[in-house]
Amino acid sequence: MKTRRHSGAEAIQGKGWLLAHKWLLARRFSQLSILTVFMLGPWFGLWIVKGNLNASLTLDTLPLTDPYVLLQSLFAGHVPETSAIIGAVIILVFYLLVSGRVYCSWVCPVNMITDLAHWLRERLGIKSASNISKNTRYWLLGVTLLLAFAVSNIAWEAVNPVSMMHRGLIFGMGMAWIVLLAVFVFDFIISRRGWCSHLCPVGAFYSLLGTHSPLRVRADARAQCNDCMDCFMVCPEQQVIRPALKGAEKGIGPVITSPNCTNCGRCIDVCSKQVFHFGLRFNNSTDDTAENNKYENKHPNNKHTNQAT
Amino acid sequence: MLSQQTSSRIPASVSRRRFLVSSARTAGAAALMGLGVGLYSRQSVSLSAEALRPPGALTEKDFNSACVRCGLCVRDCPFDTLSLAKLGDPATLGTPYFTAREIPCEMCDDIPCVKACPTSALDHSLEEIDNARMGLAVLLDEETCLNFKGLRCDVCHRICPAIDQAITLEHVSNVRTGKHAMFIPTVHSEHCTGCGKCEYGCVLEEAAIKVLPIRLAKGELGQHYRWGWEEKEKAGHSLVRPDIEHQYNLPEGQRYDYEGEGLIFDERDRENSGSRSDESPFASDPLETLNRGLKESP
Repeated sequence: MKTRRHSGAEAIQGKGWLLAHKWLLARRFSQLSILTVFMLGPWFGLWIVKGNLNASLTLDTLPLTDPYVLLQSLFAGHVPETSAIIGAVIILVFYLLVSGRVYCSWVCPVNMITDLAHWLRERLGIKSASNISKNTRYWLLGVTLLLAFAVSNIAWEAVNPVSMMHRGLIFGMGMAWIVLLAVFVFDFIISRRGWCSHLCPVGAFYSLLGTHSPLRVRADARAQCNDCMDCFMVCPEQQVIRPALKGAEKGIGPVITSPNCTNCGRCIDVCSKQVFHFGLRFNNSTDDTAENNKYENKHPNNKHTNQAT
Repeated sequence: MLSQQTSSRIPASVSRRRFLVSSARTAGAAALMGLGVGLYSRQSVSLSAEALRPPGALTEKDFNSACVRCGLCVRDCPFDTLSLAKLGDPATLGTPYFTAREIPCEMCDDIPCVKACPTSALDHSLEEIDNARMGLAVLLDEETCLNFKGLRCDVCHRICPAIDQAITLEHVSNVRTGKHAMFIPTVHSEHCTGCGKCEYGCVLEEAAIKVLPIRLAKGELGQHYRWGWEEKEKAGHSLVRPDIEHQYNLPEGQRYDYEGEGLIFDERDRENSGSRSDESPFASDPLETLNRGLKESP
């Protein structure tokens, strides 16, 4: 640990800074432009989208509803109007296709806070390890639904930092920044990727939508992996990589199938060996020689650069 | 791989026990967090009296289970009346409310806020804004209300969108001057929508008339209560049989004439009390009438 190696340094060297941050930049662009479209109304009176991530109306016609908040409302004993149900179905179908946790990495505004916390944490070499189980979020998901039923109130919305931040930016923050600061401090000092990857029941809900979604990150060129660990270092859900990347001998296919993969594409960015790419979950056989050859042909020098670095 | 190697060396019973213990710990932590959130949310759903819900809002309990805190009603309100509660505001976090004294509800005929609600937390069956019940105006402070002083402020009455229905001016004799009338603003709950215009318009530094949530403003009769005069009208005849004589416990020197004359004071008492009911309250000199009451004061 004398010289802390910056994750992705090799990739930057190999393909240039821009390509080594391609998906990260795309993600930030996505997060910020979704936020901007919501802000155009209150800022400039340009009402393309009204509402917030919980429920919105685009161009006065397209309703979108967060299925998780609607589910809590159902548990609390309220049957909503059809427009809310239509909006939730649209969102459900979308995330069933692209994988639920795309919401976390491409849409949710809190991701920018927790990513910043993680970035700072890595930079400053903070190594505190908390003992929170990654399953806590699923327990919390269950608890929030039970709670809605028990107190006949969408109780989680009283503390949910996700909607608090998005609503706060659009409708006025009030004291909500304290909660966001708490999330930042929690991720920065207390627990690595603590909020998004351990506790957040919103992410847990959306991950359940991603169990069978076709869009996945694939490690088809896993034979090229030089064990630099960069993908592992940047991944917010480290446990999802190993089976796909290192499972060739155990008969595990190259597709990252875990619903907790957020499809953020950061592993694709930081890999200097082009091991990862976005693809479909189908054709997930261990006999990946065909796929492998395809990538080997594309990058014939990979073996040599491997030795050089 | 490391974990797999170690786990293969540990006997199944031990690893199972470990799994159960860690699961129980996680579940316990989640349950505790849930308990905290539950208690906090319980605490925070108590809507303050100064925060009013938009028209058509379900009862507070149902509203909190139906409202998804999206703010579409806020956006479609043409008068910027509504806002979403921020952390520290007097309503449940993220839910819409308005403060009558700042911006009251203008009672739009097409009720755009209700139409905007995607979940019917604002009940879509509300089609007439006059049927909205956002709260109930109550003339809280008779000590500062100008009309209670005998002045003709009347602002709450005149600003009321349901003038002479939701707020009427009831004539009461002004005991202080002895000869004027007071025009008492009187709210009628069968017409008041709780729009808050009266509270907004009240000319005082702090409004004497305020719109309160109905749960605070309205009394409720016991189920068994009946108004005799209404029952009499319904029945079409007196419900009291004439053969039963009414028993009144009257003070000494008074009696009751059942034949129609009503309460009768005995002559002797009348003289003692020195009633001057026949005399005019006005003195022959008008100036003396106006100055009356000043001499007695120190």
